[in-house]
Amino acid sequence: MSNERRRIVITGIGWVTPMGHDIESVWQRLLNGETDITPIERFDARTFPTTFASQVRNYDWTKFVKDPSLHGQPGIHTQFALGAARQAWDMSGLGTVGDLDPHRIGIYLGAGEGVLDFQSYQKTCLASRGNDGHTVNTVDWGEAAVNFLDGVGEVEQEPNMPASHISRELGIRGPVYNCLTACAASTQAIGEAASMMRRGDADVMVSGGTHTMLHVLGVTGFNRLTAMSTRNDDPATASRPFSKNRDGFVMGEGSGIIIMETLDHATARGANVLGEVTGYGSSADAYRITDIHPEGRGPAVAMLEALADAGLDPAKRRDDGQPPVQYISAHGTSTNENDHIETLASKKVFGEMAYDIPMTSIKSMMGHLICAAGAVEFITCLLMLRDQVIPPTINLDEPDPDLDLDYVPNVKRETAMDTCLSNSFGFGGQNNTLVISRV
Amino acid sequence: MTSYGETDDGKLHYRPMTRRVVISGAGPISALGVGIDDTWDAMCEGRSGLKPLTCFDPGAFPCHVGGEVDPETFKVRNVVPKSYRKAVKVMCRDVELAVGAAVAAIHDAGLKTPGVDNEDGHVIDPDRMGCQIGSGLIAADVQELTDAFVTSLGDDEEVDLGKWGVTGMENLTPLWLLKYLPNMLACHVTIVHDCQGPSNTITCSESSSALSLGESMRVIERGAADACLTGGAESKLNPLSYYRQTCAGRLADSSGLEVNDVVRPFSTEANGTALGEGGGLLVLEAKDNCDARGGRARAELLGYAATQSCDHDGMSATAEDIAAAIQNALHSADLDHESIDAIIPFGCGIPSVDAAEADAVEAVFGERAASIPQVLTVPFTGNCNAGNGAIQVSIACRCLETQSLPARLNTGTIDRNLQVGPAEARDAQLSNILVLSASQGGQNTAVILGKIS
Repeated sequence: MSNERRRIVITGIGWVTPMGHDIESVWQRLLNGETDITPIERFDARTFPTTFASQVRNYDWTKFVKDPSLHGQPGIHTQFALGAARQAWDMSGLGTVGDLDPHRIGIYLGAGEGVLDFQSYQKTCLASRGNDGHTVNTVDWGEAAVNFLDGVGEVEQEPNMPASHISRELGIRGPVYNCLTACAASTQAIGEAASMMRRGDADVMVSGGTHTMLHVLGVTGFNRLTAMSTRNDDPATASRPFSKNRDGFVMGEGSGIIIMETLDHATARGANVLGEVTGYGSSADAYRITDIHPEGRGPAVAMLEALADAGLDPAKRRDDGQPPVQYISAHGTSTNENDHIETLASKKVFGEMAYDIPMTSIKSMMGHLICAAGAVEFITCLLMLRDQVIPPTINLDEPDPDLDLDYVPNVKRETAMDTCLSNSFGFGGQNNTLVISRV
Repeated sequence: MTSYGETDDGKLHYRPMTRRVVISGAGPISALGVGIDDTWDAMCEGRSGLKPLTCFDPGAFPCHVGGEVDPETFKVRNVVPKSYRKAVKVMCRDVELAVGAAVAAIHDAGLKTPGVDNEDGHVIDPDRMGCQIGSGLIAADVQELTDAFVTSLGDDEEVDLGKWGVTGMENLTPLWLLKYLPNMLACHVTIVHDCQGPSNTITCSESSSALSLGESMRVIERGAADACLTGGAESKLNPLSYYRQTCAGRLADSSGLEVNDVVRPFSTEANGTALGEGGGLLVLEAKDNCDARGGRARAELLGYAATQSCDHDGMSATAEDIAAAIQNALHSADLDHESIDAIIPFGCGIPSVDAAEADAVEAVFGERAASIPQVLTVPFTGNCNAGNGAIQVSIACRCLETQSLPARLNTGTIDRNLQVGPAEARDAQLSNILVLSASQGGQNTAVILGKIS
């Protein structure tokens, strides 16, 4: 057996995003610095602290899958994932799974839970109150639930449902995982999928993530945490990572899915290779429930581990004078804390060289897709490597004086690059970083 | 040794492990108690933890029996450091269970962390300690929601979203969302025990614990940590989760049945599962690390594999895919099926899942299947969902350590030629034990644990 580490490449990508449902049109819009952040349409949020979001529109999942009846009534997060997975699979040219060994194909998603059906919950809860007007009788609650709560919808909320539906859609029977580490989930999924393939658990894996928290209790939850922007008078400029007057993240939704293969497997079948996962690092803050460690301890460790895994020395320029990575896809949420600490952590990792590495956040345009954010950003990194151009961080008119790295403000930039780094840090303290390279 | 890509049948299989990994501590938590000793003793004595539910009235649902962790003997504020007591306010039940299990596991492993002893510092460097925890879809508390809903009623006696947005939502605590994120189990556990290595949360219903174990194995094997807290915990003992499980058709109909007759895995009378709250955390550790610190390994993780059942509605376990998981786990352990001395199946009492497991065992083990002793945990603890696999693995460790098998509870009629009927605890020669799971959603796992020689 060869001890050489198996190389893991990407041969298919797909996404369903607030800016569109196919790779190339969304990519062009990102390069143009466009955005689609508008008042919430899915429910009446006019009196909420935050009234807007980045929303998937005009999306019909049944047009993507081979047979919608196979899937019953999937939840919205599953609908996003099915469309993205079908795009990615078709691009990979792997054909039907029947031609491959289905036990050698796995799935590792970072999918969030499904949509909580607020209207049905409130009806059920209110109908089961006792005489005091608020104490719930659980027997009455159970009986009311039958009237108001859609049983299929409730079961489809399980976080493993998107992966299960994808396995059904594609006929996949190898190892299947779903991880849920909040905003870090799909980056972690991709890293762990690569780790599984390196040890030989599968030849092909479907990875990425999907999520929507665009429902009453989701928006309520983040508003209570005061984590979201409340720039209700100007939603289009609300997501402003690294700018002085940033005031929180903008909720997005959607899915990004990739097809990963061992390089040998991809080469043997003459597949078009879009890039390679060359490094993965993961850490836990183990600090506080709500706050990131003030020195960026965890994020720095994740970056350092990923660089080490890729065989890169963060302190050393290459022979051609370039930094070891030529681009950083920031977690860049537009919250005061994240953007500050991510900047700090990058400087800690790269020292003075950090100033020479462009670092942008597509969340400025797309919003924050929570569990799916890392996958969508990973896909964007592949497109950057392909086209040698970096989309801008928009709404960066007034830089934060403390944040002095090169965030590629407002206008895209053409540049030569072959290696980039993508960060995702989750509520709860999970930090994950991937190194992505051109093959 | 079997090598990836080089097997005789020309098929590609899981690679054997490159770093030996052992289980050096077990901390199950369930209706049987907190910690491996209470759990094991109850199972050996044939004492089930299933009882009529008291934590809420399940009268509207088919199953009125469940496995509750005794609220008198387990109080989470008593097991966290004083400095962390404030945080228990934002712990949902699932988090409480994980935090309790973690303390039990750390103690059992003989480790020191800030969570169990602030004086002596760490035994394992925080950077080298990972944490992978299986968790479920955590249900919002219906009373907590209702208390907030009633503050925003409109003229039609329903929630007026206009009022909700202005004042209603303020009746939910600011950290409300953080109570219900599945990764909060790992979040609290990593903070309490200062685990700064890789941390993940696996959410694949009843396979979550075993999938987490597999991930911890990979993390240690690739050198990203020397030890990991791993396993899972969940409580579906609440109205919303009960409703979801009822809709999924998974609960037993307990009407007219004695408590001990509700969960009858593999029997002709089985008609569903009963739920328990609980799970467990294990300390999975590189053997070299465990040996160097003088730790006591309870079992070695020899083999692991996962597959997916994707036929039908994608919910149902399939024998062929469970069998493939077993075969791949045997390959990864470099063992043949003759080496398996006992099996701990999921055995949850849902007829389709039981049948798939039994068919898979018969397919892999052939005539031997009839003589391999099986250990059933669900009749004792209820189906602990994301935590269930950790209880199974904890029990497997104790079986290997003590060279004995606990009692088996099953009052049903067994028409399969398998060792799943009632039995007393007994001594047994056990070298390797196979642990199975098959989840709602189709994820299957097979784990092989070996005796420490």
